[in-house]
Amino acid sequence: MAEPGALLEMIGISKAFPGVKALENVSLKVRAGTVHALMGENGAGKSTLMKCLFGLYSPDEGEIRMNGETVSIPNSQAALASGISMIHQELHPIPRRSVMENIWLGRFPLRSVRLGKFRALSLVDHKKMYGDTKRLFEELGMDIKPNTIVGTMSVSKIQSVEIAKAVSFNAKVIVMDEPTSSLTGNEVEHLFRIIGDLKRRGVAIIYISHKMEEILRISDDVTIMRDGRKIGTWPAEELTTDLIISRMVGRDLTSRFPERENVPGDVLLRVDGLTSPNPRSFRDVSFELRKGEILGVGGLVGAQRTELIEALFGLRAVSSGQISLHGKPVRIRRPVDAIRHKIALLTEERRATGIFPVLSVLENTVIASQRQYEKYGWLNDRKRREASERSVERLRVKTPSVKQAMMNLSGGNQQKVLLARWLLTDPDILLLDEPTRGIDVGAKYEIYTIIADLARQGKSIVMISSEMPELLGMSDRILVMREGRLTGIVEGPSATEEEIMRLAAQS
Amino acid sequence: MKLGLRDAGQFVTQYAIYIVLVVLIVCISVYDPSFLSVQTLHDILLQNATRAIIALGAAFVLITGGVDLSAGRVVGLTAVISASMLQIPEYARRFYPDLPQIWVGIPILLAILAGLIVGLVNGLIVSKLRVPPFIATLGTMVAVYGANSLYFDMKPNQSQPIGGLRSDFTTLGSGYIGNGGPYSVPYLVLIAIAIAALVWVIFNKTRLGKNMYAIGGNVQAAHVSGINVGRNLFWIYGIAGSLYGLAGLLEAAKTGGASNNYGNMYELDAIAACVVGGVSTSGGIGTVPGVMAGVLIFGVINYGLTFIGVSPYWQLIIKGLIIVAAVSFDIRKYLARR
Repeated sequence: MAEPGALLEMIGISKAFPGVKALENVSLKVRAGTVHALMGENGAGKSTLMKCLFGLYSPDEGEIRMNGETVSIPNSQAALASGISMIHQELHPIPRRSVMENIWLGRFPLRSVRLGKFRALSLVDHKKMYGDTKRLFEELGMDIKPNTIVGTMSVSKIQSVEIAKAVSFNAKVIVMDEPTSSLTGNEVEHLFRIIGDLKRRGVAIIYISHKMEEILRISDDVTIMRDGRKIGTWPAEELTTDLIISRMVGRDLTSRFPERENVPGDVLLRVDGLTSPNPRSFRDVSFELRKGEILGVGGLVGAQRTELIEALFGLRAVSSGQISLHGKPVRIRRPVDAIRHKIALLTEERRATGIFPVLSVLENTVIASQRQYEKYGWLNDRKRREASERSVERLRVKTPSVKQAMMNLSGGNQQKVLLARWLLTDPDILLLDEPTRGIDVGAKYEIYTIIADLARQGKSIVMISSEMPELLGMSDRILVMREGRLTGIVEGPSATEEEIMRLAAQS
Repeated sequence: MKLGLRDAGQFVTQYAIYIVLVVLIVCISVYDPSFLSVQTLHDILLQNATRAIIALGAAFVLITGGVDLSAGRVVGLTAVISASMLQIPEYARRFYPDLPQIWVGIPILLAILAGLIVGLVNGLIVSKLRVPPFIATLGTMVAVYGANSLYFDMKPNQSQPIGGLRSDFTTLGSGYIGNGGPYSVPYLVLIAIAIAALVWVIFNKTRLGKNMYAIGGNVQAAHVSGINVGRNLFWIYGIAGSLYGLAGLLEAAKTGGASNNYGNMYELDAIAACVVGGVSTSGGIGTVPGVMAGVLIFGVINYGLTFIGVSPYWQLIIKGLIIVAAVSFDIRKYLARR
């Protein structure tokens, strides 16, 4: 039975991944012609829930109803057919093709060419496609030409195209995942006007964002999630920024952290006014890192933390600002410069930029420290093997032997091998970008222990983390960033989740 | 029992290339037992010595995840360069009519240097201009043929095949240790074995080799690990080019002549031998023994099928099937784990 006005209902959705319960009995009711905000920390389960709605994941339990009728959504085609569309945070248009081809991709209007009374050919009807696209844009009040090449357009325009595409599917529910994360102020206003139009047409919008003021301004209902559960749904007018934050974070610490015995010493690294050439990325960031200190870096999606840390390692350009080590300015333009200055980086994307899947654990461990095993241009196999075996043993990597191919190891063990790789370079500073992402709970604790142990030995650690308990439980101090700027530095032991969330989400 | 079957399956997947080689030999020998002789072995090794050197060069590039189409044309270039300077003084149509009798090492070094330069240019185009290897080496392949043909067409030669090569040069291609019978070992085979050993050392004992596997395994991760990807690719393409250069002059020495069409399409044979020998075209995987086995498989097919009188056209069809079958089999090793 549908309640009056409930266009979409998700009832009792649960979804588990190996080692993680991502969603537990989550229900959601969305009314036609409203904006329904979905809020929660990174990892609260918002994206997983939306992926279940859009057929990218199949829920273990629960059901989805549109207009009171149960629908089955095994894939995204089925979602579109049921009137559900999704505008992803990262847009993936086909850049070299025109707007209209992007919109009608896979369902081009066709016209038949006849030879006598036989249908000889089906050709794409460009004229009809052009007309349909033009009408669509006019209806939505968008000023876009159907034959513009998508790659030449701004992010905001491309997003409008995606929205038009969603409407062209006759979408009743449109999910927008962080739609404003790469838009400027004016572009955001434009988006809000489009959202207003969509509401008037009776479309329901599920709006995922971390930005409090946006949420309070445009949404009708707000659902807050935490740790894969729904905390509740409230009318937006009953909420304030503080109320949302306290409902987002108020949790008991379930994970445990090892005792830390590190004592931060002298300043080792100084960063002054570091600014990216990309105007949307980090700017004017200054901080100090002490010897033997664990410095956490907190922030929400789009805070540009990864970009900052990769710039410190020479993977990204810097337009101004200064990095100093031991009080002396240094220039780091490539990773090899950073390694020479005894800096190591464990990247966020383990698969894309970390592991060599087809190579052995041995090769994966020694690749960044090869000069140590080399004499007269000849690599010493015994030394390489010993170094690898020693570090694999020290970090308790579970593998039958170092000859094993890296792709056969679990995520946690791969992460340990990568840590081993960097420890073999004997770094003073370890930059860790989400070091426990996608790792099961047991391996997480082991990695925390390794980090704490390294800090005790006097290594300095910068750790980006999107998990609040991890930040609070592991850091001596925590830098908080928002949209490329440093918004505050808090003392780890005395900090609270509310304090960090306020710095991360303030506007 | 079940475990035993799975073990057998793994064994077969792991050593597929070598098993194919043995099966081929057994099949041909059953058909004609006289195939199994020392003479056969001698002939096959001799026929495939220069191919092996080219395939080893191609393997360098394939393991980085690239491909090198310029190999065959470089062979032609260095065959012509070396032959043009090493004709006997009495020969009627000399390329350089007034060239004195120079030390045989000079043209040889010049030929290898020419190969090295083409390879380094490939490396520059790939690493600095960021042109995909397929296109970069397609360009040099065409241009090198053009340059070689210009040289070959110079007066007074004007595109006549170059002949009358000096015996101190041709002995490289036709000389041997021993009495000349089946048990003698041709210099060419010794050179190929020496090169294979050298390449094995580079692959397994040097930083360049390890970097090559890393770049092919995951170029982004290699960059993050502090590997200067561009500089490594530059030298890897350079080494590959020098090996083609060496193979080219050996071809001239072996045949006692040269023309600008030498080496045409050899790059495809080399790539085929590599992939059949277990080198992954997506990079990161490949061994010297594997490449050698790949070369030998094609050597056995060529020699053995001709030996038992199979039409050369049928041989091509069989070769094509083996390329596809070997790779589809080999790829299972890595697919199953996803």
